[in-house]
Amino acid sequence: MVQSLILHDEEFNALVHTATELCKTASARAVLLVDKDGQLLATAGDDQALDALSIASLTAGNVAATDGLAKLLGENEFGELYHQGEKDNIHISAAGERVLMVVIFNHRSSLGLVRLRVQQVVDTVVATVRRALERTTVSSDALSDLTVSEIDALLGEE
Amino acid sequence: MSFINYSSREINCKVVYYGPGLGGKTTNLEYIYENTNPDAKGRMISLETETERTLFFDFLPLSLGEIRGFKTRFHLYTVPGQVFYDASRKLILKGVDGVVFVADSQADRLDANLESMDNLTTHLTEHGYDFQSIPKVIQYNKRDLPNAVNHDYLRSVLNPGGVPDYQAVAIEGTGVFETLKAVAKQVLVELKRNR
Repeated sequence: MVQSLILHDEEFNALVHTATELCKTASARAVLLVDKDGQLLATAGDDQALDALSIASLTAGNVAATDGLAKLLGENEFGELYHQGEKDNIHISAAGERVLMVVIFNHRSSLGLVRLRVQQVVDTVVATVRRALERTTVSSDALSDLTVSEIDALLGEE
Repeated sequence: MSFINYSSREINCKVVYYGPGLGGKTTNLEYIYENTNPDAKGRMISLETETERTLFFDFLPLSLGEIRGFKTRFHLYTVPGQVFYDASRKLILKGVDGVVFVADSQADRLDANLESMDNLTTHLTEHGYDFQSIPKVIQYNKRDLPNAVNHDYLRSVLNPGGVPDYQAVAIEGTGVFETLKAVAKQVLVELKRNR
């Protein structure tokens, strides 16, 4: 079973910073960092104009399906995916076991530049997520004393 | 698994609607989508074939409100029910926090329900989950149909463990939100337990 991911300020800000830098240096339209289960971790760039949650979910589904294909061919995974559109293109690559880096770019950039910039930050993303996972295992947090009545109130069942 | 962001104060959980083909999984999500405040929901994505069978999954992000200052968001997924989409079903269960099993109450779908329940157990086990302890709810759908099996019998066959279960007519909305709330509650209780 996959371990839950908890992001605190330090790691979240580090991921946003990395995504922002990647977006800038790759001249991308937007960058999304996505958990392989489909959870959106951090975004940068023109993310307000995009349905980032849906992109995260579909990206994870896409990668999972492609991993299935890879295994049928005897490969462990396909390390990167690229979809070319008329205006916008999307480059998806794995950063370690948990995270996908999604770069959306148009004519202002190129696949070669995106690939280069992604490779330059992949280790930073992996290290940040590793720190978050290590912290997850030792953290005691504000949700530990959540009461059933608080949960009922959230669900409108007081 | 759940994703908690302390910085943006968000809790994100994944719930998968599982069950045999044409049992009403997508109908559940559609009813939730149509009857939720626009501010609380994202876009519903349906990847379906031309004959309206779910091809890969449906996806609906849904905000339930705030708890302890955390925005609580549930990502609802359905799986394709048809037997030959087994690989897709397994993929979608990855990282799941709670499961809704949508059973088809019709007499001639009893075997399909059982086969799907077995399939769910197998996939959860393969992903490293304990089938007994994962938050789950069973929904007996299509209770309005004339060939619906006796409720007590359906229960004895599909729910020997006595998990929370609900009767439903998903197309009319009966039992849909009750089912969602029941699974959401279990997921949040589990989240608290694991802290």
